[in-house]
Amino acid sequence: MPLYELTTHELHEKLKAREITAVELTQAMYDRIGAVEGQIKGYLTLTEDIALEGAAAADTGFQRGDEMPPLAGIPIAIKDVICTKGVLTTCGSEILGNFVSPYDATVMAKLHQQGTVMLGKTNMDEFAMGSSTENSAYQTTRNPWNLETIPGGSSGGSAAVVAAGEAICSLGSDTGGSIRQPAALCGVVGMKPTYGRISRFGLVAFASSLDQIGPFSKDVTDCALLLNAICGHDPMDSTSADLPVPDFTRSLINDLKGVKVGIPKEYFTAGIDPDVEESVRSAIEVLQESRAIIEEVSLPHTDYAMATYYIIAPAEASSNLARYDGIRYGFRAKDADELSDMYKKTRSQGFGEEVKRRIMLGTYALSSGYYDAYYLKAQKVRTLIKSDFDKAFETVDVVVTPTSPTAAFKIGERTADPLQMYLSDVLTTPASLAGLPGISIPCGLTQADLPIGLQILAAPFEEEKILQVAYTFEQNTDHHRKRPNLSPI
Amino acid sequence: METITTDDVKHVATLARLDFNEEDIQQFTHQLARILDYIGKLNELDTTDVPPTAHPLPLRNVVKADVAKASYSRDVVLEGAPSAEEGYFEVPKVIE
Repeated sequence: MPLYELTTHELHEKLKAREITAVELTQAMYDRIGAVEGQIKGYLTLTEDIALEGAAAADTGFQRGDEMPPLAGIPIAIKDVICTKGVLTTCGSEILGNFVSPYDATVMAKLHQQGTVMLGKTNMDEFAMGSSTENSAYQTTRNPWNLETIPGGSSGGSAAVVAAGEAICSLGSDTGGSIRQPAALCGVVGMKPTYGRISRFGLVAFASSLDQIGPFSKDVTDCALLLNAICGHDPMDSTSADLPVPDFTRSLINDLKGVKVGIPKEYFTAGIDPDVEESVRSAIEVLQESRAIIEEVSLPHTDYAMATYYIIAPAEASSNLARYDGIRYGFRAKDADELSDMYKKTRSQGFGEEVKRRIMLGTYALSSGYYDAYYLKAQKVRTLIKSDFDKAFETVDVVVTPTSPTAAFKIGERTADPLQMYLSDVLTTPASLAGLPGISIPCGLTQADLPIGLQILAAPFEEEKILQVAYTFEQNTDHHRKRPNLSPI
Repeated sequence: METITTDDVKHVATLARLDFNEEDIQQFTHQLARILDYIGKLNELDTTDVPPTAHPLPLRNVVKADVAKASYSRDVVLEGAPSAEEGYFEVPKVIE
């Protein structure tokens, strides 16, 4: 099996046994990128020189026989919303087209400590606003399973490069589903940990009460290893949780005896594709065969989550994106004659259509006379959505649902109608509003051979329960071993 | 809830420091009206006695020790600026 097909934990064994070197592995990854990236278009920036330097440093450690961390020498891709010192961080936007961060995000510092090798920065919907990666100012990433379809979004590049073997694992960010939905659509594992579990320092802000960084990988073991590396309190992020971080690999237990799995009836409604529903129903049977106790639960305010999300996220975004003023960094429009004109021209030329739409929506929702009707109302409904989950988690350990109502859709299919695009996230936004951890793992293919994702949610800081359920499912099925049939050009 | 007008959209654009041509204003008015109409479903819920949630988790104010520390050098900070002069960010004319 070619190296790019392997997982982090498999490669770690090979590196440790010195069957391969990190430099060979890195070169193999760039060979693979050379062969398929023309079709996938998942990367915005490749950092080969830095990667080979990092790989050589990891090799020195392995050759010396040092105790090397699990991610040492492992090639990873990073969503272009995470600040990387000395390397472009564009957020998929023209307005940050030339932006080079003077510092590393905390997650990057943590990955560097492990000796992880960054291959490059991945494509995304501009400022993480979108569900298909079609809102990137630069390129449209293709789903490796079918090049006519979207990879999901907003972390579409990070999901696609892992699915295509162009990275062993990657990092993305999830505000309303931007890790879980593309993971489902690309047939990989993607996890959004609890809000506050991972530092947001150096994550370019979209909606600060929702944004969370998380990993993409080929299996649940890799997911646990990545979480071990990047979770933890950070004094640089005042919203990061000052709680001990468990060793997540201890949750990789292939048994669900006594584990209560809740199935919310509101997640199996009219809009679900029959293939998706069937796969998820059979996944639930697999959990039951592994001794889980299956119970129906009710999350009665599910249907209000999208409306709530599309007030809160744009409101926070309109405030966060006020910083792009053409003064301190990024793009500045050239033809302005005075300051306020410069602001307007810079922002109008620098932001794409969807970003402007959300700034407008958010500014409207926060503007005088509308605040109570929209923003305050949405915050109150957010409380109701959160209490639904609180109640459910009094009786069950995890909640299991489809990640996305449908598999990957065609490029261009939903771009004309923003509301239809927004509804792609209908099953992921409720957990985001409640700050819950959630994973998407592969659970089957549609008749058209497109991946289907199983979403597993738990109460805040109960990632371990999610990992146990996900791991058990994976050990008793082979969906995670399926790979897209990509031919190099 | 009343539906959004082109005048509202123009007003909001000014607040957001965005410039649009007439065609964009028409399109945004139409799209935002449709989104706001969907959002209007929140009014089906009586939330009179429901407290708002600003953050998903109970957070308390975090304060740092008031200790002076080194930050980035002026050169590093100005490196990304579209225009800088003599150690300052340079901007177009602010006042007449």
